Amino acid sequence: MKKKHWYDYLWIWSILYFALGFFNILFAWLGMIDFFLPLVFAVFGGNKFFCNHLCGRGQLFSKLGGELKCSRCKPTPRWMSSKWFRYGFLIFFLTMFGNMVFQTYLVGAGASSLREAIKLFWTFRVPWGWTYTAGTVADWVAQFSFGFYSLMLTSLLLGLIVMALYKPRTWCAFCPMGTMTQGICKLKNKE
Amino acid sequence: MLSKRLAAVDKTRCVACGVCENICPLGAIKVHRGCYAAVETGRCVGCGKCAKLCPGGCIEVKARPEA
Repeated sequence: MKKKHWYDYLWIWSILYFALGFFNILFAWLGMIDFFLPLVFAVFGGNKFFCNHLCGRGQLFSKLGGELKCSRCKPTPRWMSSKWFRYGFLIFFLTMFGNMVFQTYLVGAGASSLREAIKLFWTFRVPWGWTYTAGTVADWVAQFSFGFYSLMLTSLLLGLIVMALYKPRTWCAFCPMGTMTQGICKLKNKE
Repeated sequence: MLSKRLAAVDKTRCVACGVCENICPLGAIKVHRGCYAAVETGRCVGCGKCAKLCPGGCIEVKARPEA
């Protein structure tokens, strides 16, 4: 039996994060930790310690797909873990992230008004207004929360779908953070 | 005595997610500097747990090359 570490329980954090977003959207900002930590490890440590040990989402997929058997455990289609798809998805994801930051900027600059909704799969608008009382914080802070939570929820849902269809952690094969950190590590460790 | 079979990683397709490292009961496979998973051939017994869960499908359990 392997020794358990404190970080083996970070799947709880993943559930907590999405639960908090149902009550107060401003908690979405906490997701920035999951955005920056992997990059810090990759840039300064030249490793994927985050993906390998700290990723709550990965652990959640392992739990659900592995222990709770919510995954068919069929091989991931080869194209899904191919370089062009991984980097293509990374570019697409970063473009959408950039777009979200731009929307935040527009709201901050007063050119656009705050929309209390989240957008799933970059397409479907879902009213999410009960999680925010207008005026609590600056409009752009709230706008970013809605945008960022949309991104996180969309990627979680995508991950759950591929988990059910293929292996528990198929999401990891094309996770934009994973692709980005592996790319950084490869550049850093080029001998 | 070493096992007859062992895990082999296709480094070019590995996504370095660490699923194999976490499932391996013997600690015989580790992600090397965030680039790819590397098998410690002396420890691996070829149980195939890593190959079963690898999301990239890049681990194969093969016959151990003759020494």
